[in-house]
Amino acid sequence: MLEPIVLLVDDEAPFVDTMTKRLTKRKLTVFKSYSWEEALETLKENSQIDLVILDVKMPGMDGIETLKEIRKEFPLVEVIMLTGHATVETSIEGMRLGAFDYLMKPCDMDVLIEKVNAATKKKRDHEEKIREARVSNILKART
Amino acid sequence: MPKTKQSLSPYYRSLTLNMTVAIIVVSFIPVFLVGSTIYYNFYASYQEKVYAHLEELVEKHRQQIDAFLVDKLADIRFLSRNLGFANLSNEAFLQSTLASLQRNYRPVFVDLGVVNGAGQQVAYAGPFKLAEAVYTETDWFQQAMNKEYVISDVFLGLRRLPHFIIAVKNTINGEPWILRATIDFVAFNDLVENIRVGETGFAYILNRRGEFQTKPLIDFVPSEGCYGHFFDCEKELNDDVAITEREDEDGKKNIYVTALLKDKDWLLVYRQESADAFSDLRRAQFISVVIFIIGGVSIIMMASMLSIRQVGRIKEADRAKELMNEQVIETGKLASIGELAAGIAHEINNPVAIMVEEAGWIQDLLEEEDFARSENLDEFERALKQINTQGKRCKEITHKLLSFARKTDARLQEFSINDLIEEVVGLSEQRAKYAKVTITPQLEANLPAIQASPSEMQQVFLNLINNAVDAMERQGGEIIVATRREKDQLFIEVRDTGPGIPPANLDRIFDPFYTTKPVGKGTGLGLSICYGIIKKMGGDISVDSTMDEGTTFVIKIPVREEHVG
Repeated sequence: MLEPIVLLVDDEAPFVDTMTKRLTKRKLTVFKSYSWEEALETLKENSQIDLVILDVKMPGMDGIETLKEIRKEFPLVEVIMLTGHATVETSIEGMRLGAFDYLMKPCDMDVLIEKVNAATKKKRDHEEKIREARVSNILKART
Repeated sequence: MPKTKQSLSPYYRSLTLNMTVAIIVVSFIPVFLVGSTIYYNFYASYQEKVYAHLEELVEKHRQQIDAFLVDKLADIRFLSRNLGFANLSNEAFLQSTLASLQRNYRPVFVDLGVVNGAGQQVAYAGPFKLAEAVYTETDWFQQAMNKEYVISDVFLGLRRLPHFIIAVKNTINGEPWILRATIDFVAFNDLVENIRVGETGFAYILNRRGEFQTKPLIDFVPSEGCYGHFFDCEKELNDDVAITEREDEDGKKNIYVTALLKDKDWLLVYRQESADAFSDLRRAQFISVVIFIIGGVSIIMMASMLSIRQVGRIKEADRAKELMNEQVIETGKLASIGELAAGIAHEINNPVAIMVEEAGWIQDLLEEEDFARSENLDEFERALKQINTQGKRCKEITHKLLSFARKTDARLQEFSINDLIEEVVGLSEQRAKYAKVTITPQLEANLPAIQASPSEMQQVFLNLINNAVDAMERQGGEIIVATRREKDQLFIEVRDTGPGIPPANLDRIFDPFYTTKPVGKGTGLGLSICYGIIKKMGGDISVDSTMDEGTTFVIKIPVREEHVG
């Protein structure tokens, strides 16, 4: 399968930049956003994004709100939450609202890659099913 | 804190003093008021009674004496009128008359005499040789000639013995004559001498000139004139019985009760020492003063004891309050520290995350071939790994700190403790196997469910098991997790066969930031968090350890009866 296409969202610029470099080295396509507004914009313009890696504590809209927005506007896109301050409640709530998983900062690169692959696979399988359903619908309509 | 104690001590001393004084004053004032009211009222009424009694006594005796005198006068008058001059002038007749008088009226009359108008005694009956006595110059004769009768003052007279005379004038054939009788002084004296009350009371009679008419019990010189200065000579004399109190030459106070006798010619004086008359009163007063003093002393003693004890209690209460204040402040501090910690932890995590990322990035770059040949590659790798390790360590610390400060996630649920323990044992399985440690659960069946936060309990058991595994990492060993129920308590024991904890450290293992693990391996917060969690649910956690044998942690949790399941 194609390498995952991810969107990194975090207000800590150095973190985002270095993470992008590392993920790119591992052959991922990475988009960057430093705020939630940027993130939503980027998602709108790049519909091929598989997965969003989202920092939970950001100025302005908080992580949970952003997650809700993303799930509303882009229901197929998976979200992995990054939390720097171990509020397990937020993470659990996020999972309830449809996040794929949550990780604590600083995160282990191997673990992250594992989760990214798993999330991407899920999203792409989902997309595939929808496409097939549409096709069979069209075919049915024809007959 | 001796300094504080010193500055407080005068406060407590003055407090004690104030309380003592207040109690004494409050106790004394009513006692004093009541006591003095009764004292003075009693004194007044007692004095009144004593005076009344003495008045009556003197009045009675006055009447007695007056009656005596009147009686004797009447006798002589009767004789004078009925027997007549002619008969009485006969000495033999006079003598028999005297004899029958003496027979019938007790020997009060000493002698009888008939005196003519010129003052010559014409007849005499009596023991003295007074025949042919002449009384022309005497007071009594002259008085008798002027008035109907006279009762004389006591005087020595011709016989040179104290006596007094009753003389009655009569006329025969126009000529005056006097029948004269002498009253036995001793008999008369006895009348007065018999007035005795108490130990020092006695009576005597004074004439207008202040001369004794009777013999007083105690010899003393009376004052002169107007009944021995009992009366103001200018004033009109009153017939009532009078009471005065005077000091004599020795300074002793005496009561004088006076009554006029014999048509205001004589004064009956009754004298008694005040102290004697009021002896009962004095005694009562003395007793009450003694009681007052004893009572006063006991009040003072009791007041000081009471206040000292009260102030002691106040001191205790103050100390407890101070302690509690300190605790409250400590708790407040802890709470703010908690919040601070949470803020700091979050703030630190981000930079640490960035550092670790950058280190990771360098690691990634090092994998490129250019660097593979560098001599320092090993050093690069080691250094980067170290950065990673330290970053992880920061992360652990901050995360532990955050959970220390966290107040939520303590939502209570009902769950089975055995299930939770099995879960935790499962979680630790891998790590334990790696360290050659076996974990054996020994769970009593049918334990009641408990109300607690499962995530917190999980944290506790994970912590205990991890500690045990860490302790036995080198040699391996066995961990037994046992649950049982005793009455209304659940017991959970985590026993290991590790090296044990030295007794010196046993006291401190629940202290925050206390750890014996090498740097990087432990934060020292684990057990203190466990302690807090268990304590919060009303339970208890304790530790027992024997060197080279093992350590046992015992957790007690109270169980509520209704939830048996």
